[in-house]
Amino acid sequence: MTDIKAEVDALPGLDPRAPLLQVADLHVEFRTRDGVAKAVNGVNFWLHPGETLAILGESGCGKSVTAQAIMGILDTPPGHVTRGQVLYRGVDLLRLPEKKRRRVRANRIAMIFQDALSALNPVYPIGFQLGELFRKHRGMSRHDAKRRSIELLDQVRIPAARDRINDYPHQFSGGMRQRVMIAMALALDPEVLIADEPTTALDVTVQAQIMSLLAELQRQRNMGLVLITHDMGVVADVADRISVMYAGRVVEEAPVYDIYARPAHPYTRALLESIPRLDRKGRQLNAISGLPPALTELPPGCSFGPRCGYARDVCRREAPPAYQIAPHRVASCHFIREVLGV
Amino acid sequence: MFRYVVRRLLQMVLTFFGATFVVYALMFANQDDPLQALAGERPLTDSQRTALTERYHLDDSFLQQYWYYVKGLLTGDFGTSLTGRPIGSMLADAWPVTIRLTLLAIVIAAAVAISAGVLSAIRRGGVFDNATTLLTLIVLALPIVVLAPLAQLIFGIQLGWFPATATKDATLWQLLLPALVLGTLVVATELRVTRSSVADNLRADYVRTARAKGLSAKRVIGVHVLRNSLIPVITLIGVDIGVLMSGAIVTEGVFNIPGVGFNLFRGIRTEDGPLVVGFVSILVIVFLVVNLIVDLLYAVLDPRIRYE
Amino acid sequence: MSEMQPLVRSGVAGQPGTPAEATGPVAGRPRHRDAGGKPRSLAGDAWLDLRRSKVFWTAAGLVAVILLMAAWPALFTSADPRECLLARKHAGPSGGAFFGYDFQGCDVFAKTVYGARASIVVGVCGTLIAGGIGLVIGLAAGFHGGWLDAVLSRFIDIVLGIPFLLAAIVLAKRLTADPASDGVLAVTCTLGLLGWTTAARVMRSAVISAKNQDYVAAARMLGAGPMRLMTRHVLPNSIGPFVVVLTLLLGVNIAGEATLSYLGIGLKNDAISWGIAIAEAGPYARAAAAPLVWPSVFLAATVLAFIMLGDAIRDAFDPKLR
Repeated sequence: MTDIKAEVDALPGLDPRAPLLQVADLHVEFRTRDGVAKAVNGVNFWLHPGETLAILGESGCGKSVTAQAIMGILDTPPGHVTRGQVLYRGVDLLRLPEKKRRRVRANRIAMIFQDALSALNPVYPIGFQLGELFRKHRGMSRHDAKRRSIELLDQVRIPAARDRINDYPHQFSGGMRQRVMIAMALALDPEVLIADEPTTALDVTVQAQIMSLLAELQRQRNMGLVLITHDMGVVADVADRISVMYAGRVVEEAPVYDIYARPAHPYTRALLESIPRLDRKGRQLNAISGLPPALTELPPGCSFGPRCGYARDVCRREAPPAYQIAPHRVASCHFIREVLGV
Repeated sequence: MFRYVVRRLLQMVLTFFGATFVVYALMFANQDDPLQALAGERPLTDSQRTALTERYHLDDSFLQQYWYYVKGLLTGDFGTSLTGRPIGSMLADAWPVTIRLTLLAIVIAAAVAISAGVLSAIRRGGVFDNATTLLTLIVLALPIVVLAPLAQLIFGIQLGWFPATATKDATLWQLLLPALVLGTLVVATELRVTRSSVADNLRADYVRTARAKGLSAKRVIGVHVLRNSLIPVITLIGVDIGVLMSGAIVTEGVFNIPGVGFNLFRGIRTEDGPLVVGFVSILVIVFLVVNLIVDLLYAVLDPRIRYE
Repeated sequence: MSEMQPLVRSGVAGQPGTPAEATGPVAGRPRHRDAGGKPRSLAGDAWLDLRRSKVFWTAAGLVAVILLMAAWPALFTSADPRECLLARKHAGPSGGAFFGYDFQGCDVFAKTVYGARASIVVGVCGTLIAGGIGLVIGLAAGFHGGWLDAVLSRFIDIVLGIPFLLAAIVLAKRLTADPASDGVLAVTCTLGLLGWTTAARVMRSAVISAKNQDYVAAARMLGAGPMRLMTRHVLPNSIGPFVVVLTLLLGVNIAGEATLSYLGIGLKNDAISWGIAIAEAGPYARAAAAPLVWPSVFLAATVLAFIMLGDAIRDAFDPKLR
C-alpha cells in the first residue's frame, strides 16, 4: 500500500510555515473565436487551516475559473493561465509537472461542484466512484476500498450506507447526492476543500443541512474551506473572511463582520443594498443597473466604473490598486473613504 | 425495468402485425387478377387456378387471407415459391452464408468506427479528425450500387487482390471484400455517432469531477467517458445488423453470393410474388427481433433506464 | 449558474421569437450584432458561419452545376443519348463523346449528362413528398401530444419497422404495374412514402422541445391561440433541424432512385438514369470500365454534394459548436 502522502510531502519547497493555500496575482484568459476573454485578472488571497474563505460574486465574475485553475482542471485550450502563482504550502502548483500535480488533487486539495447529478458519473454505482479513489491513490484492495467507502458515507450521514453503496447517483435525492460528493472529496483527507456553489441547486432546508455538515467536517479535520457562492445569505453564517470578486478581480476582502457592517467598495455596498429586507416592505428594490462587462472587452480603468454611483473621471482612466485599509482588509477603489462614510 | 420490457414487447407485436400487413397488402391487395400476380408472367391453366385459389384461400375476404398468411408465418410455413420449392427450405439454404457475411461486416465496421471515432473525438479538429470526416462523408455518399460494382471491378478484377465472387460455402477470405463493401453502409454513421457521443461526454460535468479526483487521463477516458459514450453506439450497431441484412441484397447480387438477399433479388427479377413476400416478411421479423434485443440491451447498459 | 466558460458575449444569441436580449455598453461591434447594432437571430448567425465555410461553397457549387446539368443538358453535350449505334460498341472516346461508348453504342457522356435530370427530378420530388408528410405528421404529433402523438408514433414505428429497401421493393413493384409508364411517378411516390419517417421524428422532437420553451408559455399567457403559437413561435424554431434532414434526405433519395433502378424496379424502359446505366454496364465491366465508372462518379458526387450541404447547414445552426 503506497503512501501517497509521503510522496507529496516530499515535494521540493514544501514549507510547513507557509500559508496552506495562497493565490498570487493569478491571471487566466480564454482564447476563443470571438476574442480573448480575460476571465481572471489578478486575484490574490490566502487561506489557513481551519479557516473558511468565501468568494462572493455574480455569475461570470471568474470565481469558478479561479477554483478550476487552482485545481488544475481548466479546459486547456481555450483556457490558459497567463500569470501568477498558486502556492500550496509554498510549492507553486502551476509549475509542477502534471504527474505530480495529479497527486495533489484529491489528496491535498479537493473540490465539490454545484450540480451533483451531472457531476457524478451516471453509469457507475457510487461505491465504485468512491472506491476508485482508494484503489488508485492508496493502492487499496476492492474489499478495503468498499469498507472505507461505507465508513465515509456514514460520516456524511447517509442512512443505510451499507445498502446504498451499490446504488446509482440518480437513485439519490439532491441533498443525498451532494453528501456523496462531499464524501468523495474528503475521502483522502485533503487539507483544502473548494466548494463551488455547493448549495445553489438545493432547497433552502437542505441547504442549511449541507452547510452545517460542511462546517462540522471542517472543524473536525481542521481543513481550509474555500466557499464559492453568489448567495450572501449562505455566507454570513459560515465564513470567516469574504472575498468579493467582480470581472475577474478581487474588489474587496475583509472579515465577514466588517463586510456586512461597513463595506468599503461600491460594489459590495450595492450588493448589500440590493438584498430585499423585511423592514423595507413596499419600497422599490435597489437593483444594480447595467450588466457586467463582456470579458472580451473590459473597459479601461475600473471595471465596475460604468455601473458605479461613486465613479468619477479618474475611475475611467486608472484601475484602482488594492488598498490596504486595515490589517486584514483590502479594497480596490479610489474613493474608499466616501464609501465607508468617513 | 419490467414495465419497460413489457412495453417494448407490446410495441414489437404491434409493429410486427402492422409491418407484415403492409407488406402483404402491398403485394396482394386490390389486384384485378391475384392469381396472375401469384404466377408472375406465366399463363395459368384452369386446374392451376383452382389449385391456387384453394391454396391461398382466394375466395375468402382479404383480411382472412392475411390471417392465414400470418398463421403460416408463425407456424413456420412460409409457402411455396413459384419455382415449386418450399420457401422454408430455400431460406434454410440461404441463411448461413448471409449470417456469416453480415456478422463479418458488422465486426469490421464496428471496430473501425469505434476506434476511429474515439480518436477523432479526443483530438477534435486535428488532422486525423478532418481526414476521417472527409472519408466518412465520401463513404456515406457512395451508394452501394456504386460501391459494390466498383469495388468488385477495382479490387477483384483489375487489381486481383480479392476473389471477385463467392460461393455458398465461401471461406471468410472470400467473404472479406463483400463484407468490407457491406460494412460501408454503416461504418460512416457509426463513426459519426461515436465521435459526437465521445465529444459530448468529454465536455460533461462528471469528467471534471473525475479529473478533480486526480485520476489519470487514461482512466478518465477509458473508464468514465467510454462507458457513457458507447451506449448509443452499441445500440446503433445492433440496429445496423438489421440494416445490413436488408442491404445485403445488392452486395450479394453483385458478388454472386447465394444468400437471402441474392435469392430475393432473383425473386424480384422473376416476379416470384410468394417468394418476395415470404423473404421480406422473414427479414422484417428478424429486423424487429433484433431491434427488440437492442432496446433491452440499452436498458442493461444504462442504469438510469434499468432503475426507473 | 456555474460558469464553465466565461461570458463571451453579453446575452445569448437570440432565437427568432425570443424576447429581445438585454443590451449592455459594448465598445466596438462584436460579430453577433448586425450592421444596425441589433442582435442577430440564430439564422443570421448561422448564415455568417456558412458564408465562411469552404465546405458549404464547394457543395453549393457542385449542386449548382448538377442542377444546371439537369435543367439544360444540351449546354453540356450536343449528342443525343438515345442515338446508339451498335457499331460503336465499347469504342473509346472520340469527338464530343469524352467517355466513350457503352455496350449498346450509346454516348456515355451524353447518357451521364442526361441522367442527371432523372435523378434530380425524382430526388427532389420524392424529398418534397416525404418532407410534406413528415412535416405534417411531426408537427401534429409534437404539437398536439397526447393520444395523437401516441398513435402517430406507433405508425412511424411500423413504417420504420420495415427496412427501406425491402419496403421499396414491394411498393415499387406494385406501383410500376403499368408497363407503359417510365416509372418516374412510381419511384417518386415510393421514395416519398417511405422516406418521411426520419423527417417526421426530427420535426416531432424539435416541436416538442420548442413547445416547452418559456417563450411559448409566455406567448400563450398573453393570449395567443394554438394556430398562432404553432406558426409564429414553434415552427420557426423547429424548422432548422428539419431542413437539415431534408437536405440529407435528398442525397439519400437520389441514391435510392439509383438503387431501385439498378435492381430493375425503378425507372424503366427508355428512361435514362445513372442507376440503369450502372446496372447495364456491370456485366461488361471487364471489357469496358468507362460506362460503369463515369455514371458512378457523377452519382457519388451528387449525393456527396447534398450531404455536405446538409452537414454544413447543420453545423452552422448547431449552438453547441459556437
